[in-house]
Amino acid sequence: MHNETRETHETTAAAPGEASGIRIDIDHDLCIGAGQCALAAPSVFTQDDDGFSALIPGREDGGGDPMVREAARACPVSAITVSETTA
Amino acid sequence: MTDMTETPTVAFPQSRTCPYHPPAAYDPLRDTRPLARARLYDGRVVWTVTGHGLARTLLADPRLSTDPTRPDFPATSERIAQVRRRRSALLGVDDPEHRVQRRMMIPSFTLQRATALRPHIQRIVDERLDAMIAGGPPADLVPAFALPVPSMVICALLGVPYEDHDFFEGQSRRLLRGPTAADSMDARARMEAYFEELIDRKQRQGTPGDGVLDELVHRRLAEGELDREGLVALAIILLVAGHETTANMISLGTFTLLRHPERLAELRADPDLVPAAVDELLRMLSIADGLLRVAVEDIEVAGETIRAGDGVVFPTSVINRDEAVYADPDTLDLHRPARHHVAFGFGIHQCLGQNLARAEMEIALRTLFERLPGLRLAVPAEEIPFKPGDTIQGMLELPVTW
Repeated sequence: MHNETRETHETTAAAPGEASGIRIDIDHDLCIGAGQCALAAPSVFTQDDDGFSALIPGREDGGGDPMVREAARACPVSAITVSETTA
Repeated sequence: MTDMTETPTVAFPQSRTCPYHPPAAYDPLRDTRPLARARLYDGRVVWTVTGHGLARTLLADPRLSTDPTRPDFPATSERIAQVRRRRSALLGVDDPEHRVQRRMMIPSFTLQRATALRPHIQRIVDERLDAMIAGGPPADLVPAFALPVPSMVICALLGVPYEDHDFFEGQSRRLLRGPTAADSMDARARMEAYFEELIDRKQRQGTPGDGVLDELVHRRLAEGELDREGLVALAIILLVAGHETTANMISLGTFTLLRHPERLAELRADPDLVPAAVDELLRMLSIADGLLRVAVEDIEVAGETIRAGDGVVFPTSVINRDEAVYADPDTLDLHRPARHHVAFGFGIHQCLGQNLARAEMEIALRTLFERLPGLRLAVPAEEIPFKPGDTIQGMLELPVTW
C-alpha cells in the first residue's frame, strides 16, 4: 500500500516573479489506474507496478510537454492537478 | 424521487436503424442538452444526460450508484430487471468495495501491460486471418475474426483455456442478450459453475500459471483478500467484458469503415492514423449506449434537482455527438481530436480494459485492411443484421469477400 498518497513535483528554475514552471500533483487516493495520463502524455506519465499514475523520473516538471494539461483533463477521476508555479 | 410521470419523453432504449448512428428517435434527446428525460420499458421516466460536459461531471459523481441491487436501480428491459437482482463485480459495486476490486486488477491492465501484449495480439490476428483467407472468400467476419481475436487475447491474459470458447462465448451471448431472463440467469449459473471448477483446477496446480486468474487464486484468494464468490464474479465480468465488447467494436468498426471508402483509403494510406481512427470509431459507434445509474442523494445540476432514488441514463451515442464538443458530429473524421469521448465511460468505473481494447482494435483493423486490400461486403449493407438496442451494439453477422 502507498502510505504517501499525494506526489508533488514542481520546478522553480526561472527568475523570481515570473511564471517559472508547472507543478503536477497526482492523488493516489483517487487514481484508478485507467492509464489515460500515460496515453495522453507518455513523455511525462507512466504507471507504477501497482498500476497507479506516476511521473517519469526527470520529467517531474512536465518537461514542457503541452500534453500535460490534456493528460489531466483525460483523467476520469480528476486525480491530476497541474498548476503554474512562481519562484 | 422526482415525479416525472407527466413529462413527455422519448422511449429508451430503441434499436438503431443504421448500426453506426444513434436511433433517429433519439433526435429529441440531441435537441435537449445537457439534461433530458426518457421513458423506460416499464413506463418509468429517468433523467437522461445528453451534454458531454455534464456526462463527465455526473459519471464521476459518487452520489450516483452503479449497484443494480439497489431497489430504485433502473432497468432497460424486463429481462435485465430480473437478471440484475444479482450482484456482479467491479461495475456492479460502489466504492469502497469497488476500489478494493479495481486496485487488485489495475496492475494487469496498464498501458505498459497492453503494449507488452501487442506482439502476442499481432500473432493471434495473423493466425485468424490466415485461417479466414484459407477458407474463403467469402467469410462471416464475426465468427472468423471479430470474436475469436479478443476471445483468444482475454483467455491468454486471464489464464482461461481457449478450447472452452464455444461454451463461454455462447453463455456470454445468453447472459447479455437472453432472449429470456431465464436464459440469462441460467447462463450466469453455468458460468459460475465453470469458474468454480477452473478455480479448483488452478488450486490443485503445483506451479501457478501466469494468467491473471492464477494470480488471483494463488495470492488474493489464498491470502484471504478475496473470497471464492468474489473471485468467480470478477472472473465472469473480466471474461465477458473482455471479449464481447471488443468483438463488437471490430465487427462494427470494419462495417463502418467499409461504408466510408474515402476514410478507409485515408487510413490505408497512412497507418499512423490508426490510433486516432480507433478513438473516432469508439466515439461514433458508442457501443455501450446506455450506462445506468441511480441517485443516492439529491443532486442540483443544470437547473434541475435529481432526487435520491431517481434513475439516470447516459446514452453515450448522444453524448459523444454533442455539437458543442465535436463539430459535425455525425461525420466520421479520422483527423478530429476524438479523445475525451465517453465510450469507455468516465469516473471510477471507466473501462478497466480500455488500454488492451485499443491495442486489439488497432492491430485487428490495421492488419485486416492491410492483408485484404479488396475487402468488401458480400451482401448489400441493408441486409446485414445487427444487435438490438437493449444490449451492447455490434454486428450479428458480417458477410465479407475480398
